[in-house]
Amino acid sequence: MHTKKNIIEIKSLTKIFSSKEREVKALENINLSIEEGAIFGIIGMSGAGKSTLVRCINFIERPTSGTIIVDGKDLSKLSERELRDVRRSMGMIFQQFNLLMQRTAEENITFPMEVAGVKKSEAKKRAKELLEIVGLSDKAKAYPSQLSGGQKQRVAIARALSTNPKVLLCDEATSALDPSTTKSILELLRDINKRLGITIVIITHEMSVIEQICTQVAIIDESGIAETGAVSEVFSHPKTAAAQRLVFPDGKGMKQFLGKRCCRIVFEGSSSFDPVISRMILECKAQVNIMFADMKDIDGKAFGQLVLQLPQEDEVSDRIISYLRSQNLSVEEVNEYVG
Amino acid sequence: MWDSSNVIMILVGLLETLYMTFLSTFMAYVLGLPLGILLVTSEKDGILPLPRLNKVLNLVVNLLRSIPFLILLIAVIPVTRLIVGTTIGSTATVVPLVIAAAPFIARLVESSIKEVDKGVIEAAISMGCSPFQIIYKVMIPEAVPSLIVGAAIATTTILGYSAMAGIVGGGGLGDIAIRFGYYRYQNDIMIITVALLVVVVQVTQEIGMRIARKMDKRK
Repeated sequence: MHTKKNIIEIKSLTKIFSSKEREVKALENINLSIEEGAIFGIIGMSGAGKSTLVRCINFIERPTSGTIIVDGKDLSKLSERELRDVRRSMGMIFQQFNLLMQRTAEENITFPMEVAGVKKSEAKKRAKELLEIVGLSDKAKAYPSQLSGGQKQRVAIARALSTNPKVLLCDEATSALDPSTTKSILELLRDINKRLGITIVIITHEMSVIEQICTQVAIIDESGIAETGAVSEVFSHPKTAAAQRLVFPDGKGMKQFLGKRCCRIVFEGSSSFDPVISRMILECKAQVNIMFADMKDIDGKAFGQLVLQLPQEDEVSDRIISYLRSQNLSVEEVNEYVG
Repeated sequence: MWDSSNVIMILVGLLETLYMTFLSTFMAYVLGLPLGILLVTSEKDGILPLPRLNKVLNLVVNLLRSIPFLILLIAVIPVTRLIVGTTIGSTATVVPLVIAAAPFIARLVESSIKEVDKGVIEAAISMGCSPFQIIYKVMIPEAVPSLIVGAAIATTTILGYSAMAGIVGGGGLGDIAIRFGYYRYQNDIMIITVALLVVVVQVTQEIGMRIARKMDKRK
């Protein structure tokens, strides 16, 4: 792991937007290193400054202070022309796709190559390959208005890849898509990362996106980096309040409320149409946490088991257990269940 | 009273009107198109910010736009004489028409270009486009349907202006309508010329809209 070099290095980056009336600190003293070949997630609530951060990486927004080093080049030291060359080595995709509406899918993909001065015939050949990679070979002649959201994002990805970039920046690339399309786009991104070795930086406000494909994550909160590290590490042991807010969106209060007592319920053929748990919650007026569930519905009968974490007050827990037993379910108490 | 000379006169008038209108529209676009684009790109948050130039251009455009055409028509007579050599006839009318229409067209172009999604321009910057490439590869092609609608509006407006030039002997249908229809009370000639102007406007507008619809890939 340590032999890998950092493709992007951000050092004490600060970005201040100033208007006549006031100054807004969008980013403050950001330090971040992104390894080559990583899928790096940057997550934060809206307004935390993550979109500004990704725009600083390709200098669409110029930082107020600090340095951005991409592939060994300090961007602030480059001329406009050199900067354009660096931008060509980084693809970018957006929440709203930002395709050229008057160009077909194929013409959208050849666009960056046209700008870079690639020969027309060569650009067309490359567009064909890319359409294949993103699974849209039959849509070459379609205009963006004739494509679905997921297809538009696929064209945008193909376009971003056309100049063989080393980095792909994704700004809320799946936020305008439904869950199943999001999943397929994320799979495509992972595939691209694996096959072509492109470093991917993903900006999102969705936990699930990070969980699905990122290897590393940085949590951005109130213009600064709150926490950074491997996804598994940050998610299992969130240290800062900002990280905990993201990992347990509304689970924090629940955790304190719930006790250490757990119970295992075994279903051996009771009616699967009977909403036992929700009736129990209403009956006992108490909250429980489902720790584990493995249930099957066979011919209208429920088989399997369920582990519930019970409230702290023993009185309430006892009430729950006796209620469940009264429903002819086999219930056993387990202490400190670890999933 | 309807002899062939009247018919010929009206036909010549129609041709003169078309000549003035289309030549003026073309020349006004030669000036107005770059001016309109410059109005957008030179804005403070535009792709080539030149705030001072932007202020000056806006001032000049507003100034020219606020002068009533009839006044402008007479005021620019010395300029017309300098450029064309005469101040009457349809070629002479082209000069005030271009001066009046160019700023109007600049505003039309400005609003069309501003319709282009900012996100698309941002994407173009992220792909390493130079400002010039953004103008001719993104802004103009993406705004084409809107630019064509604007051109239809501009052409019909200029047609209306050209008729006004009849007051100072500008030639064309407007000239005939004023000389025969108005000064000599020949209502039939008045009605025919006005009817012809209506037809030309309708046809121009319809052609413009059809082309725009055909070029628009957004739907």
